[in-house]
Amino acid sequence: MDLLGFALRRIGTIVPTLFAVSVLIFLLQQLLPGDPALALAGDERTPEVIEQIRQRYGFDKPLPVQYANWIGKAVLGDLGESYRTRAPVTKLIASTLPVTMELAVLAMLLALVTGIPAGVIAAVRDRRAGGTLVNVISLSGLSVPHFWLGIMMILLFSVDLGWLPASGYVPPWEDLGRNLITLIMPAIVLGTRVAAVLMRHTRSAMLEILQSDYIRTAHAKGLPQWRVVTKHALRNALVPVITLATIEFGYLLSGAVLTEQIFSIPGMGKLIVDAVFNRDYAVVQGVVLIAATLYIMMNLVGDLLYFVVSPRMRA
Amino acid sequence: MARKLFAVVAAGLFLASGSAMAQSVLRIGLNDDPDMLDPAPSRAYVARLVLTATCDKLFDVTPDLKIVPQLATGYELSGDGLTLTLKLRPNVKYSDGEPFDAESVKYNLERSMTLPASFRKAELTSIKSIDAVDPLTVRINLNEAMSPLVATISDRAGTMMSPKASKELGDRLGTKPVCAGPYTFVERVPQGRIVFQKNPNYWNAANIHIDRLEFHPILDSTVRLSNLAAGQLDMIERVSPSDLKQIRANPKLKVVGAPDIGYAYMQLNVANGPRAKTFADPRVREALDLSLDRETMVKVVFDSEYIAGNQWVAPSSEYFNKSLPVPKADIARAKKLLAEAGQPNLTFSLIVPPERDRQEMAQVFQAMAAEAGITIKIDTQENVAMLAAGIKGEFDAYLSFWSGRVDPDGNIYTFFTCKGSQNPSAYCNPAVDKLLDHARVVTDPAQRKKDYDEAAAIWLKDRPLLSLFYRNVFIAHSTRVQGFTPHPDGIIRVTGLKLAP
Repeated sequence: MDLLGFALRRIGTIVPTLFAVSVLIFLLQQLLPGDPALALAGDERTPEVIEQIRQRYGFDKPLPVQYANWIGKAVLGDLGESYRTRAPVTKLIASTLPVTMELAVLAMLLALVTGIPAGVIAAVRDRRAGGTLVNVISLSGLSVPHFWLGIMMILLFSVDLGWLPASGYVPPWEDLGRNLITLIMPAIVLGTRVAAVLMRHTRSAMLEILQSDYIRTAHAKGLPQWRVVTKHALRNALVPVITLATIEFGYLLSGAVLTEQIFSIPGMGKLIVDAVFNRDYAVVQGVVLIAATLYIMMNLVGDLLYFVVSPRMRA
Repeated sequence: MARKLFAVVAAGLFLASGSAMAQSVLRIGLNDDPDMLDPAPSRAYVARLVLTATCDKLFDVTPDLKIVPQLATGYELSGDGLTLTLKLRPNVKYSDGEPFDAESVKYNLERSMTLPASFRKAELTSIKSIDAVDPLTVRINLNEAMSPLVATISDRAGTMMSPKASKELGDRLGTKPVCAGPYTFVERVPQGRIVFQKNPNYWNAANIHIDRLEFHPILDSTVRLSNLAAGQLDMIERVSPSDLKQIRANPKLKVVGAPDIGYAYMQLNVANGPRAKTFADPRVREALDLSLDRETMVKVVFDSEYIAGNQWVAPSSEYFNKSLPVPKADIARAKKLLAEAGQPNLTFSLIVPPERDRQEMAQVFQAMAAEAGITIKIDTQENVAMLAAGIKGEFDAYLSFWSGRVDPDGNIYTFFTCKGSQNPSAYCNPAVDKLLDHARVVTDPAQRKKDYDEAAAIWLKDRPLLSLFYRNVFIAHSTRVQGFTPHPDGIIRVTGLKLAP
């Protein structure tokens, strides 16, 4: 089978998948307790106001009609307007998605530059003080809840020491320095778990490889330890770790939901949490649909890359 | 390369700090993200707080709830109460240069009454027509006398926005509000800050001392407080009583409070659907009332920072009735009443939203009621789900707050009248209706108070809801902020505020 055929077949499955996702998003929302009209009415919860909201947003129409109205516009790139702020949902996503992506990329970079070396140290120094220490730190990294870590860091670095701002995100194009300063703590909080996961996987992969024959051969040839570890062992150990890192990136995007709340970063996580609490269905539907689409697209690209790289897939 | 990048970053930081020095910026932390910055389609309390920075109203309210001139300089109500004449402040312009005059007042009020998305319609139904008599005089003709109307136009319905901008943006005016207030709108980052710049043409510009305002919505109270302590924010609003100790211990912070105009209450289902049978008997409601020791609850849950109560206005209001004291708990009598009513082992479910204050209050009440043999089952439901259950009558009792209105009518009419829109108990007593209707049309405060006192005496016996306590609204700020006066509505007035370097 050639690449084009494979690609077409995979793309063919995307349309029904997205359709199923869109129906699911729509139906799940209906299961949320509480009437969206009542949520929107706030203090003004008189029957007239509630009825007015229902008509305005079409809540009084049957569900299939509401769904058709929404999806019909969505395929044309119109995700509707936020019920609360009247801002177009596409505009909200366009302004919040890059923020979340930046945070996730920074967190991933931090996780890579700390997790992998730590894993190597833990493997090389296995059953010695250094390795145990790294193990303990990584287990803590896995166990500590984001929210707690975030608040603790704010208390230490913002309130007591006054080194870093606790909030006040600035876009990079406005002030790159300030942007990075405000994102250091959130990126650490978000990256901690991934760093710990990467460290543990690097460690186990390294431990296995360090006992293999070719490593013994390398040692026997008289190569220095650092060269054996970095050149011979780590390269091979990194293959599964990098696969893992790409999967963990998806986790980072969802982990951003909490981190953005703690540091009040105007990202997509904060957008969707606020929207759920306010029953702002238009925003919830739009954000989840876009997030699902992105995820499916990333999977597609991954599959296509495998196809290109691995001859076995072509059989 | 690295050195070059460092130089660029350093220069950027230097420039940023330089411009910050030139301009004073006040950063205010908000508890929620506002909905629309347009008073007509807006429903969120916090949107009022933000709008006050950019839009003046016809009238404002003082800390002791007196109505004072803002864009209007005075009003006159005709003898029959059917004509309200407003005098307007001369030489005022909206921030886009459009004149503020009688025509624009007429336009704004009519917009609130007719815009399809407007939620102000119900407040303004008493208005028959509006005449711009001359550029500085507006005459409002009413269908019926409506004493609360002046208070209504000292709130959202009296907010004035540029008719030109309004015609351009329609019901999207809230995305870029143009008003005649102390600050002009600069930008709103979705999920982020809302920024305003000082309006040099403001009629009262001499009393505006801070160049720039930023509002930052931060949902979590711990995070908000940390930001205040760290100096990222200069002020935070609606501070929880449990955070007060920490703020007062910090020499760089100050906290001030004002008595709230609303009340917290337990709604009892007396007549709405089959679930009403638990509390159908007034003796059962009285027994529950007598089992609750409000003073102790306020002490335990709120460190005595709130005020125990049983009425529909706070003690600071002139409509508060001193002759109706908070009932003392009386377990023996509660048990006796339950036995008489044939419900000695009263068990009911109390819907409570998941927020900390209300959960703790519910737990304290649960323990108190248990002494009288009453079992309270706490049913945690989100606020919206709780209100929905209320409307459908799918509840025995729930715990709620009312934010309060300046005119007493707003705190009582919709809750206690037979067709009241906030009467999920379906409570109906024609005598109460008659008194509350009368209080709407009379203008003499003494007569109105008499009506309200009589009505309160009736419903305090009927008990469709049990008023529990009045809050204090606390605002915390850095000691750099000077000249701040708290208001009972919790809204921050920026006029007169100063920021020390």
